[in-house]
Formats: sequence, structure tokens, C-alpha cells
Amino acid sequence: MTSVLIAENVSKGFFRNKALHNLDLKIEEGKVYGLLGPNGSGKTTFFKIAAGLFKPTSGRMTVMGYPIGAETKKLTAFMPTDDFLFGWMKIDGILSFYTDMYEDFDRNKALEYLTFMELQENMKVSSLSTGMKARLKLAVTMARKARLYLLDEPLNGIDPISREKIVKMIMGAFRDDCAVIISSHLVSELETILDEVIFLDHGTVVLAGDAEKFRLEKSCSIEALYKEVYHG
Amino acid sequence: MNFDNTAPIYIQIMNLIKKDIILGKMNLGEKLLSSREYAQNLKVNPNTMVRVFNELEREGVTFTKRGVGTFITESEEKVEIMKKEMAEDIVRNFIQGMMELGFNFNDMIELIKSRLDKEAVQ
Repeated sequence: MTSVLIAENVSKGFFRNKALHNLDLKIEEGKVYGLLGPNGSGKTTFFKIAAGLFKPTSGRMTVMGYPIGAETKKLTAFMPTDDFLFGWMKIDGILSFYTDMYEDFDRNKALEYLTFMELQENMKVSSLSTGMKARLKLAVTMARKARLYLLDEPLNGIDPISREKIVKMIMGAFRDDCAVIISSHLVSELETILDEVIFLDHGTVVLAGDAEKFRLEKSCSIEALYKEVYHG
Repeated sequence: MNFDNTAPIYIQIMNLIKKDIILGKMNLGEKLLSSREYAQNLKVNPNTMVRVFNELEREGVTFTKRGVGTFITESEEKVEIMKKEMAEDIVRNFIQGMMELGFNFNDMIELIKSRLDKEAVQ
């Protein structure tokens, strides 16, 4: 199986804080990963390094064999938690922006996703509700034909209907030749869609593996496993 | 479909399909939806469905015709075996649960009898 992302001994410090500590990880093609852990466990830092926004203090990370850089940014679609879309734009403006920014952006796919998300092209970004913004962010991110999708907290602070749509859209857009990593602490919503789970704590992987195997061996949900891991 | 997240989801889906076959909701030799369609309907990961299809085929519940699709077994005998196996699973779980509550076999049988009598009245 092809490895999409490999992290070897990656550490990242912010002054005295260690956000990541000797993190080793291998992400394979054709799988959906849940990157789980409480706030401050290193999920966003990991994503930002993989997306090329932070440089690791030490260690090595590659995407499709390339060291993180211009080449890997073309292959990686990162959806941050921030409200990064320009408020003064209309949705069709966002689509044009993405078309200009990313070679792999598929405008027709985006339109299809927008319909599914019940968004119209003439809507102004600043007028959208939190849930609608979350849907828009996801629609434009998944409309790229990337090899690696990094979705940072796509469900956080979102109403149940939008959450369901988001989960459905991720599954609809998922392909065999890509890998999707979803960070979250809303584990129960993701139970049915995760192939593999990765538990982070204090910037390092404390437990990782096949979600179904954990259910079979431990007879517990991933959510229960989460509580077991972090309650110690 | 709501899954019990404490058990492997692929096993739950396998049981769902087996039940439909046993109850005749799906006919022998009938073509199944593609695994992708199933995944969408059930809102599960496509890989989970691939696992379901592989396991069903390994157990002889379904068979694949290359390039055509996946079909339910044509053997009635197989369905009977499946039915027995699933019933045995339920009974085994029941007995185990009752033993954990400290019931002995006679108590269990008594309890089932009285329950069945009540069901019969209703």
C-alpha cells in the first residue's frame, strides 16, 4: 500500500512548549484517519507542519515521497479551523479564487457539493451562519483533487444537521487514491467513517490502529476507548 | 441505521444482510447493490463495506461474477445453516448473560417458558 504521508521523529517547540514530541506516523492511501486527542495534544500543529505552514524543529515529514514544500502543497488540501474565507466575497468569487489558486480545483465538483450543502453561488460569505461557513469550507476543500486531505475539527461548534451533511460529504468525496485525516474530539460522530484512529497526547502518538479491530478486541466504542486513553 | 459502536460495524452490517436473506427480503441469487451504494445508504466508510463483501463471500453467503456484480447464494441449504448459526449466537449470548446474573439452566428455562406464555396471551 502506498504511503501518502510519513512523519519521522517530528518535534516542534514553541519557545519552552513542546507541541510535538518525536512523532512517528505513517498515513496510507485509501483510508480515512481520525486524529484524536484533547485540546493541546498537537493535532493542529501536526496539520500545519504537514500543510507547510510551520517548519518542524527537528525530524522529517514527507508527502508522496516529497519533503514538505511547494510540491507537497499541490498535493495537500488543508482545511484549518479558522474562518479563512474572505467575508466580502460571494461564493462564486470564492470558487474563482480557488480555481486561480489550485491547479487541482474542480469547479464542477464544487458546484455539486454546494448544491448538496444547500448553498447558492450568489450568497455573500459574511452573511453565512457558522454552520453554512463550515459547509462551504469543506465543499471547496474537498473539491480539490488532492492526495491528502487534512480536515481540522470539521465538526466543532456545528449543529447536528450540518454535522451529518459534513460527514456524508466527506464520505462521498473520499477516493481510493487519497487519504483523509480528520481531527476531532467529537468521536461518536465519526465512528462509522474512520478506518484508523490515532490518539495524540502531549505531541506524541499514544495509541493507533484499525478502528474495527479495537472494537472487536476491546468490545468498546472508539469514544469509550478515547476516554480510556485520556483518563489514564 | 444506528450502529452499536461497541461492536465492529462490518459484523453488524453482515448480520443485517444475512437477516434480510433469512427473512426472504432478499431473494436467493439476487444481485446486491454495489459496496459503494451500500456505503452511501448506510453512511459508513466504503472500506467497511468492502470488508463486509469480502467476509460474506468468504463465508459463502454471496458470490461474485467478475464484471457483473455480487450475488446472494443460490443454495437454500446455506440459508438454513446461516439461520441456525445466527440463532445459536443469540442463544449463546443469552446463556452467557444469564450466567453472569447467577441463573442456572433450570431457572433460565423456567423464565423462558413463563415469558413465552405471556407472549402467547398478548
